[in-house]
Amino acid sequence: MGSIFNLQQVVNGLQLGSIYALIALGYTMVYGIVRLINFAHGDFFMIGAYAAYGAFFLFNAVLGGSGLPMAGIALVLAMAASGGVALLTNRLAYKPLRYKPKLSSLITAIGVSMLIEYLFSAIPFIGPSFRAFPDILPSRPIQIGPNATISTHALIDIGVAAVLMIGLTVLVRHTALGKAMRAVSQDKDAAKLMGIDVEKVIAWTFLIGGSFAGAAGLLAGMTYPRIFPFMGILPGLKAFIAAVLGGIGNIPGAVLGAYIMGVAETFATAYNSLLGEGIAFAILIVVLLVRPRGILGEKSADKI
Amino acid sequence: MKRTLSIVALAMLVALALVSCAPKGPAEIVIGGVGPVSGEAATFGKSTQEGCELAVEEWNAKGGVLGQQIKLVYEDDKGDAAEGAAVWTKLIQQDKVVAIVGTVMSKVSLAGAPISEQYGVPMISPTSTNPSVTFADGKLREFVFRACFIDPFQGTVGAKFAFDDLGARKAAAIFDVGNDYTKGLSEFFRDTFIALGGEIVAFEAHATGATDFKAQLTKIVQAKPDVVYISDYYNDVALIAKQLRELGFTGPLVGGDGWDSPDLVKLGGEAVENGFFTNHYSKDDTRPEVQDFVKKYTAKFGAAPDALATLAYDAMNIMLDAISRAGSTEGVKIRDALKATDFAAVSGRTMFDEQHNPVKAAAIIEIKGGQQVYRTTVAP
Repeated sequence: MGSIFNLQQVVNGLQLGSIYALIALGYTMVYGIVRLINFAHGDFFMIGAYAAYGAFFLFNAVLGGSGLPMAGIALVLAMAASGGVALLTNRLAYKPLRYKPKLSSLITAIGVSMLIEYLFSAIPFIGPSFRAFPDILPSRPIQIGPNATISTHALIDIGVAAVLMIGLTVLVRHTALGKAMRAVSQDKDAAKLMGIDVEKVIAWTFLIGGSFAGAAGLLAGMTYPRIFPFMGILPGLKAFIAAVLGGIGNIPGAVLGAYIMGVAETFATAYNSLLGEGIAFAILIVVLLVRPRGILGEKSADKI
Repeated sequence: MKRTLSIVALAMLVALALVSCAPKGPAEIVIGGVGPVSGEAATFGKSTQEGCELAVEEWNAKGGVLGQQIKLVYEDDKGDAAEGAAVWTKLIQQDKVVAIVGTVMSKVSLAGAPISEQYGVPMISPTSTNPSVTFADGKLREFVFRACFIDPFQGTVGAKFAFDDLGARKAAAIFDVGNDYTKGLSEFFRDTFIALGGEIVAFEAHATGATDFKAQLTKIVQAKPDVVYISDYYNDVALIAKQLRELGFTGPLVGGDGWDSPDLVKLGGEAVENGFFTNHYSKDDTRPEVQDFVKKYTAKFGAAPDALATLAYDAMNIMLDAISRAGSTEGVKIRDALKATDFAAVSGRTMFDEQHNPVKAAAIIEIKGGQQVYRTTVAP
């Protein structure tokens, strides 16, 4: 039992949870504002990883390949690329369907997801096969206990996730945009009557949510240095479950759900390596049966 | 109409009689060769053909077999099972081959094997690794052999190497639960390691397509193994190795021929250093058989032989050796001689087990300074 429930496994779970959390935030924000489950969100994560990969080759000569400046530029580019694609997706695919039946947007989201995945596989310099993600910040283990180490990658994953999440909280609580976001999520029509440009708020939401997924893409690329166009599917699904677990539409809930998922998955895998992959889906079923609105979710009737 | 038909039939009979009465040419023994010379695996077929040709040429220069020259009839199976079956029938019925060396792909060999079995014409596949080529539905195919070791066997050799050469006494293993190849390797590794007197401290599975292995690897690292056996393909191996190193494991890693890709080092970087894997053969092996073959092959074909050329060369030599020991071209006698094979092949001294799989040494390749370096050869 000692090798299952211990400090090292908690660290492992937190690291995994940080990446889920960054993806889950985008899911939950978009759902909170437009009541859309954006299934293409996992692909924004993949785009972030490829943008960081591209940044490495663009700036390799100038910055010498690895180190903090390189990682900084990769982070900015990853967030910009994913945010930009999210914005574009909203403008081209979701906006025309805004006041159509919800099912149309949901199916469109699945279509957009497949379009991005197969488009990336078809582009010759990306292609469908695995690519080795460059070692932008070489990782080394730091001893934190008799039987536990934390890698610098894990610290970065947890740190970047924490900083971005705090930034988002400040934005939502203390800025005019945040107030507008909260207003739109409560009542779109009333917000419009109060003079809020609803479409602008939605666009900002996609931009921020997408850029968080992009940051997660860079972190995942560094931590698990193997990227391919379909890498977003499984993390996307799990982050979605995390958002449902925490209460979809609720920002702190998504983070809480993601960390619970990360730790639960790690413990389950350690207990029995075949169980781990299934635990996420088991959690989803239990949540939907026992508490459909999630841990921190508000009471609301319609969920897709 | 009836008359024309009977004339045609008569003509055919006469032609047949003429053919069978035709004076026999100089006595020669016909051996069939099969490989995918065209199609998706064309380089495999070409290498295999070249290996066979070189072996036949050498035997003929020494006077052939049973005092007769050897004639090689090489056919293209195009990497297709139906094509393979047609070619097999053609070689046996039309060319009257006494034995067949072929073919590369398991799925094609599986089409040829029942035909060899039906006509009692012995065959050796140089590279088909699927166990059911020689042993299907709980029944041995009496006339079918192979020159390469089957996949799980690598686990056995890996365990021996870890125990004897690396001096490991405690080992852990991780494998992909959705892949018979990696699962088989790990299971054979475990069984052999325990049989040698070692201890398996952790035996962990992972899901296909997983990228985070830390939960399992933490368990492995905390069990303090001397060596970790990773039976996955290179891209999973790289991720697992990286995460193992991050968790503080510095010991050696061992795996199978799924590691054999330049991408292993690209993805894994320093994490795969101190890694070792089993492979069919290494051209850097210093044994005289290997160096002699590499020299002859390079002189004839202008490039160093790959594993396929080597295994085809070995398969042809094993077959001709069996015919010579059988003292006859009768299928049953060749088969019995094949069963008793003990041949110093390029890829290692070869014997057959009761399922007609070769029992022979494997090459161990080390990852050193980002390069694949020949380390040693391990006999089972």
